[in-house]
Amino acid sequence: MDPLKRVENELKKCVKCGACRAHCPAFATFGKEPAVARGKVALAQHLLKGDIELDDATYAAMSKCLLCGSCVEKCPNDVPTDEIVVVAREALSGQRGLTTFHAAVGRVIRNRSLMKFGAAAARILGPLFFRKVPETSGLRLRFPLPFLGGKRHIPSIAKKPFLDRHPEVIPGEPGKPRIVYFVGCMTNFCYPQVGEAALALFRHLGCTVIIPKNQQCCGLPGMSGGDLDTVRGLAEKNLAELERYEADYIMTACATCGGALHKFYPNLVGKRHPELAARLKAIAEKTVDAAQLLQKLGLNPEETGAGSDIRVTYHDPCHLRTRAITRQPRELLQGTPGVELAEMEGADKCCGLGGTFNVYHYESSLAINKMKSAAIINTGADAVVTGCPGCMMQLSDGLKQQRNRTRVLHTLEILARSIRP
Amino acid sequence: MLDNRIIDELKTIVGADNVATDRQDLICYGYDATQMEFLPDAVVHPGSPDEVSAVLKLANREQFPVYPRGAGSGFTGGALPKGGGIVLVVTRLNRILRIDTENLIAEVEPGVVTEQFQLEVEKLGLFYPPDPASLKFSTLGGNVAENAGGPRCVKYGVTRDFVMGLEVVLPSGEIIRTGGETYKGVVGYDLTRLLCGSEGTLGVITKIIFKLLPLPEAKKTMMTIFDSIDGAAKAVSTIIGNKIIPTTLEFMDHATLQCVEKRFNLGIPASGRAVLIIEVDGDRDLIEKQAARIQELIKPLGLVECKIAKDAAESEALWKVRRLVSPSLRDVNPDKFNEDIVVPRSKVPDVIRVIEKIQQKYAIPIVNFGHAGDGNIHVNIMIDKSVAGQEEKAHEAIAEVFQAALDLNGTMSGEHGVGLAKQPYIHLELKPAQVATMQAIKKALDPNNILNPGKMFPV
Ligand SMILES: Cc1cc2nc3c(=O)[nH]c(=O)nc-3n(C[C@H](O)[C@H](O)[C@H](O)COP(=O)(O)OP(=O)(O)OC[C@H]3O[C@@H](n4cnc5c(N)ncnc54)[C@H](O)[C@@H]3O)c2cc1C
Ligand code: SF4
Ligand code: SF4
Repeated sequence: MDPLKRVENELKKCVKCGACRAHCPAFATFGKEPAVARGKVALAQHLLKGDIELDDATYAAMSKCLLCGSCVEKCPNDVPTDEIVVVAREALSGQRGLTTFHAAVGRVIRNRSLMKFGAAAARILGPLFFRKVPETSGLRLRFPLPFLGGKRHIPSIAKKPFLDRHPEVIPGEPGKPRIVYFVGCMTNFCYPQVGEAALALFRHLGCTVIIPKNQQCCGLPGMSGGDLDTVRGLAEKNLAELERYEADYIMTACATCGGALHKFYPNLVGKRHPELAARLKAIAEKTVDAAQLLQKLGLNPEETGAGSDIRVTYHDPCHLRTRAITRQPRELLQGTPGVELAEMEGADKCCGLGGTFNVYHYESSLAINKMKSAAIINTGADAVVTGCPGCMMQLSDGLKQQRNRTRVLHTLEILARSIRP
Repeated sequence: MLDNRIIDELKTIVGADNVATDRQDLICYGYDATQMEFLPDAVVHPGSPDEVSAVLKLANREQFPVYPRGAGSGFTGGALPKGGGIVLVVTRLNRILRIDTENLIAEVEPGVVTEQFQLEVEKLGLFYPPDPASLKFSTLGGNVAENAGGPRCVKYGVTRDFVMGLEVVLPSGEIIRTGGETYKGVVGYDLTRLLCGSEGTLGVITKIIFKLLPLPEAKKTMMTIFDSIDGAAKAVSTIIGNKIIPTTLEFMDHATLQCVEKRFNLGIPASGRAVLIIEVDGDRDLIEKQAARIQELIKPLGLVECKIAKDAAESEALWKVRRLVSPSLRDVNPDKFNEDIVVPRSKVPDVIRVIEKIQQKYAIPIVNFGHAGDGNIHVNIMIDKSVAGQEEKAHEAIAEVFQAALDLNGTMSGEHGVGLAKQPYIHLELKPAQVATMQAIKKALDPNNILNPGKMFPV
């Protein structure tokens, strides 16, 4: 039970008020108390006391969490249930070993070249193995894996990953900020256009943009399975990369990566490996989200974002919302010529991806996603805009399942409409 | 322990997926907001009144206890399975069956979350006023069973005042209806009222017919800061004495303000010793007039500052002060006992003074806030359970707080009920003949004492 010892004090804070029942998307679909934050905290407390085992029932309860952080935000007692769940999963995987799936995830994310190879293979062989979706964009693949119910739509894979497209240092004007860009796998392999938009915008502002070549996956998929050894390994490699350059900011345009650098590295890896804590903290303090930084640096969307009229609705990615980055992207969008922002109901609600949650609990993930899609469709928007490539994938999937053609875009894509090549 | 044969029968009744016996499930249905914990032998999630009925019949036959449960947000342990048996969770019964906009009534199942119901009726221009602070997660069934109240009670009354009829599964397993859909009705005893606030000891509520009101056109929120608790209390009686009944009159004493201020720095002036949050609702013109009149009336009572919200966002900001109270309390001490005494409105300052003395006597911080409009004070006794002797001291202090309320013609609970937590003190308020009458009713309805046994009355 060693890992849980690290959160012993946090566990004591829960007064079992039940407030989290109103905010937990996992509870909303499973409907039973072991799925809600309060239940998971209670189980962690009992694990620590030693009167329950790390058995199937504990495993099942702890797996029912998207790590969305809604409970943490709304808890009157600041109980960090998301961290508690990760630590419980760490304990579970320590005792029972990682599941085959999570072990595979770990293997892939630990190894950039394997990921690259996998991406290339999927791109080339994909059309042979996977049926192409006939309707709409035609670029999406159907991924007929059994645990995905044969229905999941995944994004197509870029011909050339973003990291291979640009030199490591792209000098800007003297006196302007130096930005280290942490790209993230989803942007690198699936949504390079997001990276291009980020680059265009910061270059427009005269910034020097540094894209360290050996940056790795942030590790959140591993964290989701409690594989903190993998996360630590990746964190160390990323630290080394990010520390190589003097930077004013470390920037991410992926909410998930930002959450890792800004919150989970210091809180989870830092507590586990005190020798890394100071370095992780230094990185965390420099980490900013692209929208936050663009606003801070005074981007004028009138110059960069002109384009045809578009009605958009904005989805708050959990890992931006929990860092209180909700206002900035909206203000930027609203300031963009031709863009009309229509708020959806429950914009701040999780899309249902939840790391590997969507693999183990696809039905539940789908139910959460379905509500999201309905809210999006209700606004009548041409596009749903968000700040996380992970959410983009999940939102696309949800909308496709509803046979809806609303486009899914990253905030930066809208902001860079008139400057992108 | 229930033997496997009974577990199998339960599974036959509600379906195997809806009976849980894993220790993990037992733990998750063994707590509520009191932080006490008792493990049941099984957790059962019925899906219909008939299933509830069959479970209770089985319980009578096999003589095991059944504890009804909604969201488990109770503050007195009413849903806790002290003594083993089964926890009967009614949250699967969560449909709003109908909202009748012509007769202004609604019929709901007990597992509907209070706020969801409010939002649904508001979409139709209707209004369900009871608003316990737990409304985002507590269930309507739990609200009825506890007769929950909230800030709006001053003007609109408590849950009971909106319940017109019930469908109830009696402890025997028989399903009855009480009350009905008419505003009038005088045939027989008023069983509806008896069941409201019965804390799950007399029957399992499976349907509720609520009365609804038209949604008020607008509301106006004011935060008023006074230089003394007497000033704030006087303001309450002056406003009401002048025939204005605000929707809410929430107060916070000096200790509360210090807590909030220390943590959140909201800029409450140092001379402010008590705050009243006043809200009026109704027609737009009327509330403007009322707000102006209120200001005029309270000015001479030691008013330090009066902030009036111009729009919903500003109103929300004012309410925020009140909402921040609970999270700030932890800074005083890690553990708290939250009591909810009530005294006649005019006696609020008196009881606060007595509580101050109790606090000095036991040297335990006590923070008071609550619903000044109806004299309902949340007395928070802040302790650190890890310090030896503090818990015992807290219990002695609580008994004195209750006695103080009773001495001023009040009651020891306005909202949270008796359950397990207040059971040891019930004799302070109720005479033996009263308790005997209540127990006779319990015995008549539940001869085998299978429904929520051990609650309310000392065993
Ligand atoms: C943060 C917080 C704030 C609160 N604020 C208020 C407040 O402002 N005002 C207030 O009055 N209370 C308040 N409460 C207390 C609590 O929320 C209420 O008592 C609420 O009505 C309980 O509802 P529940 O669904 O959680 O019921 P539970 O806690 O599950 O059960 C409460 C009691 O009702 C019985 N019961 C539940 N459902 C049924 C049913 N269908 N049939 C028969 N019996 C049933 C149970 O056996 C038990 O005795 C607060 C609690 C918290 C944690
Ligand atoms: S996690 Fe927070 S919100 Fe949930 S029961 Fe515990 S204290 Fe309450
Ligand atoms: S992190 Fe999200 S899914 Fe997990 S317990 Fe909290 S609210 Fe529920």
